[in-house]
Amino acid sequence: MAELIELRGATKRFPTGSGGVHTAVRDLTMTVDRGEFVAVVGPTGCGKSTTLSLVSGLEPPSEGEVLVGGQHVTGIPEGVGYMFQNDAVLPWRSVLDNVAAGPRYRGESKAAARSKARDWVQRVGLGGFEDYYPHQLSGGMRKRVAMAQTLVNEPSILLMDEPFSALDVQTRALMQDELLRLWSGTGAGVVFVTHDLEEAIALADKVVVMTSSPATVKATFTVGLDRPRTVEEVRLTSQFLEIYREIWDSLREEVEKAREQGATRVA
Amino acid sequence: MLHDTASQKTTQVLEEPAVTSTVNSAAKSTPDIASPVDARTAHRRRKTKVWSIRLLLVVAWLVSWELTATYLIDPFFYSKPSAVAAKLADWFTVGTSQGSIWEQIVVTLQEAVAGFVLGALAGVVLGILLGRSRLLADICAPFIKAANAVPRIVLASLFVIWFGLGMSSKIATAFVLVFFAVFFNAFQGAREVDRNLINNARILGASRVQVLGTIVVPSATSWILASLHSAFGFALIGAVVGEFTGADRGLGLLINHAQGTFDAAGIYAGMIVITVIALLAEWLLTLAENRLLKWRPPAASAEVQL
Ligand SMILES: Nc1ncnc2c1ncn2[C@@H]1O[C@H](COP(=O)(O)OP(=O)(O)OP(=O)(O)O)[C@@H](O)[C@H]1O
Ligand SMILES: [Mg+2]
Repeated sequence: MAELIELRGATKRFPTGSGGVHTAVRDLTMTVDRGEFVAVVGPTGCGKSTTLSLVSGLEPPSEGEVLVGGQHVTGIPEGVGYMFQNDAVLPWRSVLDNVAAGPRYRGESKAAARSKARDWVQRVGLGGFEDYYPHQLSGGMRKRVAMAQTLVNEPSILLMDEPFSALDVQTRALMQDELLRLWSGTGAGVVFVTHDLEEAIALADKVVVMTSSPATVKATFTVGLDRPRTVEEVRLTSQFLEIYREIWDSLREEVEKAREQGATRVA
Repeated sequence: MLHDTASQKTTQVLEEPAVTSTVNSAAKSTPDIASPVDARTAHRRRKTKVWSIRLLLVVAWLVSWELTATYLIDPFFYSKPSAVAAKLADWFTVGTSQGSIWEQIVVTLQEAVAGFVLGALAGVVLGILLGRSRLLADICAPFIKAANAVPRIVLASLFVIWFGLGMSSKIATAFVLVFFAVFFNAFQGAREVDRNLINNARILGASRVQVLGTIVVPSATSWILASLHSAFGFALIGAVVGEFTGADRGLGLLINHAQGTFDAAGIYAGMIVITVIALLAEWLLTLAENRLLKWRPPAASAEVQL
């Protein structure tokens, strides 16, 4: 059977404001299996979000191939869920109606969509806030809404772009555990972009380290930690620290390179 | 109005400590407001104060006008409050030179409302269409700029020739004025929709039509509603100017008559009637706006008001 997600030599270039081209992603090759949780780490601005937009079908690759379920991606593939880096909840809809949006778009009746949504609002721990508008919620609660909004569609591919980076440490740990709990048993493949290496290791089966801009895969590490995991506990094991050191050695070079690049660009 | 939103803001702070930073900082800068009860009485006191000063200003203005018009300047040109009040009383009890004042009001209102509704609809539909289609916008841009540059009040004369002295020529004038006011806002609103929201909707399974209906139109709504406030004013101006240019009924004609007979009080009285109508419409629109935009944080809506 074909891999769930496969990128083969994918390259993405963007026109820059000054008439040139900027290569965000270069010759990227990676795969994600069904039921696999892949974390992607890399320096800021290297092209992680761009990689997700290629998989989601929102952007076509300039070169190379992107396949989902063995099919070339043209338009948005069936079964993709995408939590964007920036909040994308609808400010004019209540929590419940935000979560019900997906099923509504997919042709379910209002009543059916709302009962599904009610269930998911409960599952992400927002019971009682159904009628709140996004501006009445905290940042962490809005992330939960976005998560419920994505998960209610029961995606077989889950793309998450730094979903918890804006949260405080405690809330983040809580959300990470919740994500693992909600994901386990769904069989969905996850691509989880993060800056936080600890988070990547605690959650993932596989950590992909990207090079500084333009992004390509530098190295892939397998995380052999047992599941089910609790992030606060797994982080204290010696196995965790070992993997952390190994990956950080690889990542640090790229972060330093990116910093130099940034410095020369500014100068 | 100002106080209503201000009080909303404080209760918001008191019930929900973890909202936005602006609201929080507002709470920090007013630490003297300790409990909701204190806050409410403080508000009531402030409200009374503001209203009494306003009343005082109006009275001072009217009295000084009355006195100068009686002793210093010629009331034939400048009229005076008592004469204007008498004129208004006369209109509402006896009637105007053209019959009942209510009939004039109803005629002008019908013209304004019809022009407003049609103009707003056309402006919203075209604005959103052009806002979402690069090609259409590029094609139409020069025509729209040219049409917008035409001194539209002059069109009133043309419309009287085209549509006659009846209501339709006034509706047409109001329509033209309203259309452009709404069009540009709807266009801008449709253009500035957050790409992130559109992408999110597409991922969640929305078709193009669904994106338009659930993302673009609601996003543009606050822009459109903002334009509707001034647009109703324009509709009234359109109707009155249309009547001024040539009509058989309406408030504009009434003012035109007053001008023809050097009746300054009549002009003021007509102005007052029109102003009251405009204020009532403004109030209704604000009500509608608050209903439609109840999802917005109160801090943001407070800036729009006044
Ligand atoms: N639509 C676009 N048009 C032009 N340039 C783009 C576009 N999207 C991304 N880029 C450029 O591509 C590069 C990579 O962007 P991307 O958002 O993928 O980075 P990232 O790795 O997600 O960064 P971060 O960790 O800060 O979110 C950046 O230099 C950015 O300026
Ligand atoms: Mg990013």
